[in-house]
Amino acid sequence: MVHRSHRNYILFDHTADLGLEVYGDDEGELFCNAAFALFDIMYDTEAVAVRVWRDMAVEGSDREDLLVNFLRELLYLCNGEGLLLKEFIMLRFGDHRLEGTVGGERYDPDRHRLHQEIKAVTYHQVRVEETGGGWKGRVIFDV
Amino acid sequence: MRVPGMIYSSAKMMEKIGTDESPRQVANVAHLPGIVGYSMAMPDMHWGYGFPIGGVAAFDVDEGVISPGGVGYDINCGVRIATTDLAYDDIRGQMKPLVTALFRAIPSGVGSTGALKLSLQDEKRVLRDGAKWAVTQGYGSVQDLETTEDGGTMEGADPDTLSARALERGRAQLGTLGSGNHFLEIEVVEEIYDRPSAEAFGLREGQVAVAIHSGSRGLGYQVCDDFLARMVKGIDRLAFPLPDRQLACAYLASPEGREYMAAMACAANYAWANRQMLMHWTRETFEKTLQRSPREIGMRLLYDVCHNIAKIERMPVEGRERELCVHRKGATRAFPPGHAALPPRYRAVGQPVLIPGDMGTGSYILAGTEGAYRETFGSTCHGAGRVMSRTQAKKQSRHRAVGREMEERGVLVMATGKGTLHEEIPEAYKNVSDVVDVVHRAGLSKRVARLRAVGCIKG
Repeated sequence: MVHRSHRNYILFDHTADLGLEVYGDDEGELFCNAAFALFDIMYDTEAVAVRVWRDMAVEGSDREDLLVNFLRELLYLCNGEGLLLKEFIMLRFGDHRLEGTVGGERYDPDRHRLHQEIKAVTYHQVRVEETGGGWKGRVIFDV
Repeated sequence: MRVPGMIYSSAKMMEKIGTDESPRQVANVAHLPGIVGYSMAMPDMHWGYGFPIGGVAAFDVDEGVISPGGVGYDINCGVRIATTDLAYDDIRGQMKPLVTALFRAIPSGVGSTGALKLSLQDEKRVLRDGAKWAVTQGYGSVQDLETTEDGGTMEGADPDTLSARALERGRAQLGTLGSGNHFLEIEVVEEIYDRPSAEAFGLREGQVAVAIHSGSRGLGYQVCDDFLARMVKGIDRLAFPLPDRQLACAYLASPEGREYMAAMACAANYAWANRQMLMHWTRETFEKTLQRSPREIGMRLLYDVCHNIAKIERMPVEGRERELCVHRKGATRAFPPGHAALPPRYRAVGQPVLIPGDMGTGSYILAGTEGAYRETFGSTCHGAGRVMSRTQAKKQSRHRAVGREMEERGVLVMATGKGTLHEEIPEAYKNVSDVVDVVHRAGLSKRVARLRAVGCIKG
């Protein structure tokens, strides 16, 4: 089953850092939504067009590790390569590995406004769990 | 816990300290193997990645571990203060042009890139030689190196331990200020507490000084991130349970531990080269804007200290000298009078300790003591520490004209980022005077002078 991302998250404070709580109907969608949230927090994603696609494959020792590694990788694409992403498609999702493709465009200072800088993804209180009606994830970012 | 924890604080500050999980982090650090003495935290402590910010912990080099979280993401985030021969009256009438010129001359802001695009070869030189490289390129002079911690070059830096990603991130960001709580401030010496020490440091009332607070930018972040990811994978191979995944570490004597030290040294050198360049451009801007010669301006580096670093140092432990790896995360080295690492003119007084306050508060200058050497492996606090998240600060100050408030307080601020001023309001930080008061009274560093801010540029 292929999953796409939607905006489905809230933010919470954690001392000097920023917390994300994100939801999804199933794990695959949860991860897509977490990816979308990462960029939606940082930039005005409405102003981001999809001009390029990148394939991604990420591994993790457990679901939480997988989520952290996934978001770290995406953050690198942003902070390191200047890519703003808004479409996240999950192609294969397992307990220790995910494969997907992500779409967006290069950062353009004339069109893209930064809301909030995210410097790193932490493990602090990270959680991926099944709830009554779906899945919930929590992660804290170093801002 | 293998050793006890020790928190330096005051009754007033302790009320708030229990509200985040930083005390638990102090306890967690005490579980790590090879830890010597106490797992400590300075009065500006708050929650951080694995180690608390304000955390100090020393490990035996043979049996102990190195933890990237105990250094921090922004490796060698630090501060330098340069004094001048100018009095505030000399520049008071030109603050607007001066701050504007600095704002234009110093690239700042999130992800900002600088005028320099380094070749890989040059980048490797920067990573190996740090501030020394900057001086050979014409940024500042050799004298500046004498008053920089470690001479601005950490030994053992090996650029081959950096990932391609870290190298890539470093290529275009050298010579930039950064964002968040990084700043370049024009300050005035307002109060002298210890006259002989102030004289040795070259400080006098009404004197204009410049403080620069910046780190290793995206390169440092990537180095930390890369090694944390590697070490987290290796957690199962450690012979002891980790209370927190973020304390991912490696034995100092292991290949991974040695590689991290070599990579950390690269990032540290990058930050020193960076601060050396920023100071050079500040000197030039002063000369050009004020239309004065270098001699008239007399900008001299008082000292440059790291706030996020791990150092191999020989320290007295229970009567004998041992080689230790001292992690200082959001903490400053504070060597005592007589220490060989200090330049001769400071040796009678102790190492200058530079404590920046929050945006527009100004800085404290302290001196290292015997007390710190005995109790905290020669360490003290680093600054104010946040008490309010950026979101909260923005919410609270949403309808306030923060820039104008600062001007009314006598500080001219210019920032690149739209939200920066609101995130950096003074209430978002602990009171730096309270923090300094604790370390002074605990005998970890003694107050020498207080400077107030008059101009500030931020990213």
